[in-house]
Amino acid sequence: MRIAAPVLASVLTLIVGSIFFASLGHDPLPTLYAFFVEPLSSMNGLSEWLLKASPLILIACGLAIGFRANVWNIGAEGQFIMGAVAASGVGLFWSDPDSALLLPLMFLAGMAAGMAWAAIPAFLRSRMNTNEILVTLMMTYIATLFLSYLVHGPWRDPAGFNYPQTALLPAAAMFQSFDPAYRLNSSIFITVVAVFLMWLFTDRSFLGYKMSVSGAAPLAARYAGFRESAAVWIGLLAGGAAAGIAGMAEAAGPLGQLSPQVSPGYGFAAIIVAFIGRLNAFGIVLGGLLMSLLFLGGEGVQMTLALPSALTRIFQGILLFFLLAADFFIFYRIRLVRPAPDAHALETAR
Amino acid sequence: MHPRLELRNISKRYPGVVANDDVSLSIQPGEIHAVLGENGAGKSTLMKIIYGAAHADSGEIYCDGNLILAHNPAMSRALGIEMVYQHFALFESVSVVENIALSASSAFNLPSLAEKIRELSLRYGMPIDPHRQVHDLSVGERQRVEIVRCLLQAPKLLILDEPTSVLTPQAVVKLFDTLRQLAAEGCSIVYISHKLDEVQELCDTATVLRNGKVTGTARPKETTSLELARMMVGSKLPEMHVSPAAPSEKPVLEVRDLSAKARDHFGVDLKDVSFNVHGGEIVGLAGVSGNGQAELIALLSGERRHGQGDAIKINGTPAASLRPDERRKLGLAFVPEERLGRGAVPSHTLWENAVLTAHRFGTVRKGLVDRRRAAAFASGIIDRFKVKANGPAATAQSLSGGNLQKYIVGREIALAPKLLLVSQPTWGVDVGASAFIRQTIVDLSRAGTAVFVVSEELDELFEICDRLLVICQGRVSPPLLRTSTDREEIGLLMTGRTMGKDQTGSSSVALQD
Repeated sequence: MRIAAPVLASVLTLIVGSIFFASLGHDPLPTLYAFFVEPLSSMNGLSEWLLKASPLILIACGLAIGFRANVWNIGAEGQFIMGAVAASGVGLFWSDPDSALLLPLMFLAGMAAGMAWAAIPAFLRSRMNTNEILVTLMMTYIATLFLSYLVHGPWRDPAGFNYPQTALLPAAAMFQSFDPAYRLNSSIFITVVAVFLMWLFTDRSFLGYKMSVSGAAPLAARYAGFRESAAVWIGLLAGGAAAGIAGMAEAAGPLGQLSPQVSPGYGFAAIIVAFIGRLNAFGIVLGGLLMSLLFLGGEGVQMTLALPSALTRIFQGILLFFLLAADFFIFYRIRLVRPAPDAHALETAR
Repeated sequence: MHPRLELRNISKRYPGVVANDDVSLSIQPGEIHAVLGENGAGKSTLMKIIYGAAHADSGEIYCDGNLILAHNPAMSRALGIEMVYQHFALFESVSVVENIALSASSAFNLPSLAEKIRELSLRYGMPIDPHRQVHDLSVGERQRVEIVRCLLQAPKLLILDEPTSVLTPQAVVKLFDTLRQLAAEGCSIVYISHKLDEVQELCDTATVLRNGKVTGTARPKETTSLELARMMVGSKLPEMHVSPAAPSEKPVLEVRDLSAKARDHFGVDLKDVSFNVHGGEIVGLAGVSGNGQAELIALLSGERRHGQGDAIKINGTPAASLRPDERRKLGLAFVPEERLGRGAVPSHTLWENAVLTAHRFGTVRKGLVDRRRAAAFASGIIDRFKVKANGPAATAQSLSGGNLQKYIVGREIALAPKLLLVSQPTWGVDVGASAFIRQTIVDLSRAGTAVFVVSEELDELFEICDRLLVICQGRVSPPLLRTSTDREEIGLLMTGRTMGKDQTGSSSVALQD
């Protein structure tokens, strides 16, 4: 049943999507084809598909570790941005731009920045019992504005015609593409390792077991003496680290510089990926591929059929909506409650 | 004259079990009729069918000679059938009269309803103040609220499900007076219980259920308890073997002047609690629920920590400020009263639930859970404690309450504890499994473990304990030797009567009348 809900939600999303296309005056079937199949029919399309799936899967893996323990990190977007900022800072200003250590240093900087950004809500939650949903979300806006300040002000490229963006990162600060014609690069191996680590942690490790007890039955966790604050810290730091690394890989991969639009919403979309993947490593891979396809398809029909760019977000929203609804109807049954019988009903009963 | 209620050939089956098999019984107006049986015998299902909360697969129900067709709880109320559940459904944060108004089916006027409640409760000898907040009421008083709520409907048939499990012996006497008065006025009463002495004292007739079938009907006042017990549990009655205790020289658990504020204002403050438990003995804590047992057990288990470390010592080590897992390293094991959600994770399998407390016993190696060993550990418990489960991969929530309790008790005993805390060891567990769990606890203590049992069932405490403590409003009495005390003395201590004059709080007042 746990697998039925995402499948059902995907099918319903397609149906509602078709109705949606029809109402915009497009024949649904060719439009769906343009949305979901055409992007995957070229080498470049496949490269872009994996390129976009990679950060989604990476972030979702980190988030799911917290979600399993009922630690709700909604601020991966902010942690992603801070990771990109810190990594780019190292890449741009490190004394030796040709050093082979540059990329590993940027990796560490991105991870540390993401974790630091998540550590603030973790500290507030474990010490002052603040709500991590609100704090992580608000921290995202701070991160967005901080990035905007940097690229408009101190870090703006002097040779960039006043565009709000930094200079390009040096070559040693970039992941190598597999083929110069396509953008897919070696950072995807980070995601592969992350998926394995996530599986190992949640399915096999004692620490992951403790986290799942905290999530499924907090009183049982207290009964066994598992520390609640440990679950909060691990949950938020795992999400922060994953998002920070994803931000670093985005800056050091397809972008090569910072601009206000570092993230097309990966941090928020990854929340949906984690849930569609049922917080399970393998499921998250599938969920990430699906969500990446929504991004690609949205861009595709925007160009070929002149459909609005909001379409991607609409599809994401419909998918999440149906997933939650499907879960609800799978775990609860609706029962009609009849009103109390009146005297007349009693008569007939006799 | 038609019987007030007549059941003819009621059968009800759930997947895997026959809850009721061809059950017939009839109850006259003004009769007090016992439905006797172990837990799991089908009493609750039968009551749900009578009340209309469940539907029989076959059979007929007649009320005053009329066949009831489309049955549901609303219909029951229209027919004058009312039910007092074992677990009360009251809103803690509002007053008595508001609670009763919430369940009223028609328009009401609070002041006049309050007046009615006062009048009715006085008439039946169980006074309650309609304007008291429910969270201030003792369990006995809450039960009165439930009963008065039913009486306001002027019922013709009142169903009570295990009503005495939460009452002191003195409160039970008061309840029985009320019920006899009701019966004398013509109201029929169905009294569900597994306590033979109560049924013999109160009831005119009894229907005994076992495995969903009627195994006999009797006039309890003219029948010996042995005969009734035979009907209830079949031929072989479980027997307890309690050998004399040989307490260790030094106490394993020492509690010294432990005081603690309640965690919320529904709780009870603990005041200067002191006692010892030695290895090889069982010490029981008696008391009406809600007198500080939950606070004490949370402080002993480590679920709640205390700033003053030496208020609790385990094997001489100050432990009051240690976490539960740190206390477990000192030899503590603990069976909490809530099985699902506290003693076990409902959605997890039995082997996963073994890891919950047995992670120091080879089920976790190098930071990874060893699934094979965890499953072997779980299978060991299932075999040794005869847990009816679909193997170690069954989820905790798929087990019946009694079986899960056997599993949790088994798991904690398998940890070879030096000190075992048990809260409500046999709550909702059938007679056979209860005897087994009690015997296991006795055997463990005779092998040298110190055991501390909290229970609301006095019979149970008298059966297994060597010494008894009584808790009342957060104070614990000096220890009493089981062999030199009796139910009367314990009952008085439970009401706080002999424990000084400075603490006549609300609940003791209620329990005195």
